Amino acid sequence: MTGLTQYFYLIPLIPLLAFWVLIFWGSRMKEKSAYISIAAAISSFLLSVPCILATMKGQTLSLEWTWLYFGTQPVKVGIMVDSLSAMMLFVVTFIGSLIQIYSVGYMHGAPRFSRFFAYLSLFFFSMLTIVLADNLMLIFVGWELVGLCSYLLISFEYERIAAAKAGMKAFVVNRIGDVGFLLGILSLFWLFGTFQYKPLTEQIMSWKGASLAIPAMLLFCGAMGKSAQFPLHVWLPDAMEGPTPVSALIHAATMVAAGVYMVARMFFLFQSSVEAMQLVSYIGCFTAFMAATIALTQNDIKKVLAYSTLSQLGYMVMAVGVGGYAAGPFHLMTHAFFKALLFLGAGSVIHGTGTQDLRQMGGLLKKMPFTAWTFIMAFVAIAGVPPFAGFWSKDEILLSTFNSAVPGHTLMFWVGLFTEALTAFYMSRLLFMTFFGEQRDTSIHPHESPKVMTVPLMILAFFSLTAGLPGTPMAHHWLQGWLHQSFHYLPVHEIHLNYAIMSGSIILAFSGIGLAYLMYYKKSISAARVAAYMGPLYTLSLNKWYWDEIFELCIIKPFLWSTTILYAFDVWVVDGLVNACGYMVRGLSFLNYVFDKYVVDGLVELNGWIVEKSSRIARLVQTGLIQNYILLLVAGFALILWYTVLQNIGSSPFGQ
Amino acid sequence: MIIPLNHILVLAALLFCIGLYGALTRRNAVGILMSIELMLTAANINLVAFSRFVTPNTGAGQVFAIFVMTLAAAAVAVGLAIVICIYRNHRTISADKIHLMKW
Repeated sequence: MTGLTQYFYLIPLIPLLAFWVLIFWGSRMKEKSAYISIAAAISSFLLSVPCILATMKGQTLSLEWTWLYFGTQPVKVGIMVDSLSAMMLFVVTFIGSLIQIYSVGYMHGAPRFSRFFAYLSLFFFSMLTIVLADNLMLIFVGWELVGLCSYLLISFEYERIAAAKAGMKAFVVNRIGDVGFLLGILSLFWLFGTFQYKPLTEQIMSWKGASLAIPAMLLFCGAMGKSAQFPLHVWLPDAMEGPTPVSALIHAATMVAAGVYMVARMFFLFQSSVEAMQLVSYIGCFTAFMAATIALTQNDIKKVLAYSTLSQLGYMVMAVGVGGYAAGPFHLMTHAFFKALLFLGAGSVIHGTGTQDLRQMGGLLKKMPFTAWTFIMAFVAIAGVPPFAGFWSKDEILLSTFNSAVPGHTLMFWVGLFTEALTAFYMSRLLFMTFFGEQRDTSIHPHESPKVMTVPLMILAFFSLTAGLPGTPMAHHWLQGWLHQSFHYLPVHEIHLNYAIMSGSIILAFSGIGLAYLMYYKKSISAARVAAYMGPLYTLSLNKWYWDEIFELCIIKPFLWSTTILYAFDVWVVDGLVNACGYMVRGLSFLNYVFDKYVVDGLVELNGWIVEKSSRIARLVQTGLIQNYILLLVAGFALILWYTVLQNIGSSPFGQ
Repeated sequence: MIIPLNHILVLAALLFCIGLYGALTRRNAVGILMSIELMLTAANINLVAFSRFVTPNTGAGQVFAIFVMTLAAAAVAVGLAIVICIYRNHRTISADKIHLMKW
């Protein structure tokens, strides 16, 4: 390690410093505080560039220290940069910096402006801790910190009850996953005595003992919470109550990808157990499909994007689950760019129109050209139009699924392929309803956003279009080769192109776009009639599969009932016992009091009484008159004399 | 003529009884002191008489009498001082009115 790379430990520390500065002096700096936060983010980015370049040369940077002694066994923690971390470093610091710049425009004039940037800096620090950690303990610390930042930023506008509740929901749901995560970490520590990836990798690769499915599944619980996988996905759509840059940074590009990153990081553990891989891939696949169907019918621009994010995260999780260890992180990176861009574009639209409802928008292409064109670029990337970013990464995922050894992969492949058509459809619907046609609500007056917002959009648009290229066959899958550094324990994976899959996904993507074009642009197919035709399916999608209601009914209601029962138990039984104890003590103490008063005090008083009475008699002698005393003295003397004389009658004292 | 011992002892006994009677019945504190002097005098007579008749060769009894007289003088000095103190505080020297020692 030479040059700048030896200072790589400063990458997370600079934003932490910015956080401290802003939290203490931010309110005095007013809107200037954004500069500090942005400067910290950009310096982190600049500092990570040489580290990323170093990993491309095959280097791994690492730094470790002894955290504590467990008995005599040292527990080491440390930070490191290998290719997987480097990719995440790039995504987090680069997109993060752009989003911070964008936020200056978006948050302009908002209350608690400096606080917002302080939280963003704290988030930077936490996320970089996750990325740089070389052990599970440190990743857990970062994991909890990003959860906290997520909570703080979702309920940033806590004056609105919905925002405050959404923050709480996100926090609580994440906690459920984190319990599993922590248990997984501890079970691994219990088995292998270390938290660090490197010794864990070596030990697990040569592990001959029982299946490690349980620790793997426990770890995956954490990923389920953080990456919003079914059934812990319910918090992410609600998290859209936060400011839009937060949705872009935390709930689309970086934090929610942490689960995927962690599963990829712990891939050596997951790949050792087919059951764990099955669980991961099934949940990912189901989430991808379920969220995509919900996104079809939502009317809130951010809700559509939120469900789209869920769906794409499901894709990534499925990818690592079926063994596509490079495909998942690859999609993570491309998704981070285009989804951040989509959210920022949506933010720009919200900023310009003051509404989030798609039904009020329309025809914004002319009013907001920069936003619209960058949005279209993100759209082609996510919809899977070749040769843009999303197409390559999704194709990679489908290919991995198709070639996978995990049982059930064929079904997952078809579901994934169908989900791609759904993705193309809902994104096209969003695009056409927002930017094309005529403006439906003429009471709103849209205007283009300021430069500080549109320039980051343009930069992101460039990357949305091109980020897929390093992983393409044209580049000889350079990215996958680079990432293999982090998966060195596996044999080099040759990627064989499958043109049937590629063309299938292109056809499905275009059919989705085409259908949306007919329904929402040409209006040759009435959307309302389709909805009526689909009947219950439409209602199911519109109501988000009733997950919130199901959880309400299955978990929250029983929980509340049980609390009522427990409360009653507490009041009647526990409190009853306590009160009974109290009454018993009171009764006993009353008896004690009676005994004390009448027996003990009685004896004491009897003593005094006897002394008093006897002294009353005895003191009669004490007349105080000297002559009485003398009389008594003489009488006594006379008595003694008389007695003595009586005794000695007949004998003379003088001897005669 | 030699007065026999019996006569002298009877005299001393009478004198003692008179003193004792006075000490017990007088109300005046000074009178009580004087009666006590009488009793001491009776004791002195006895001492001298026994010295004369029982141990004529030694002067121990007479020396005792001298001691008693000296002591009596000192006691009366102290007693009178107390009486004066009491008089100053109580405006009386009547013994039945002075009962400071009563409970």
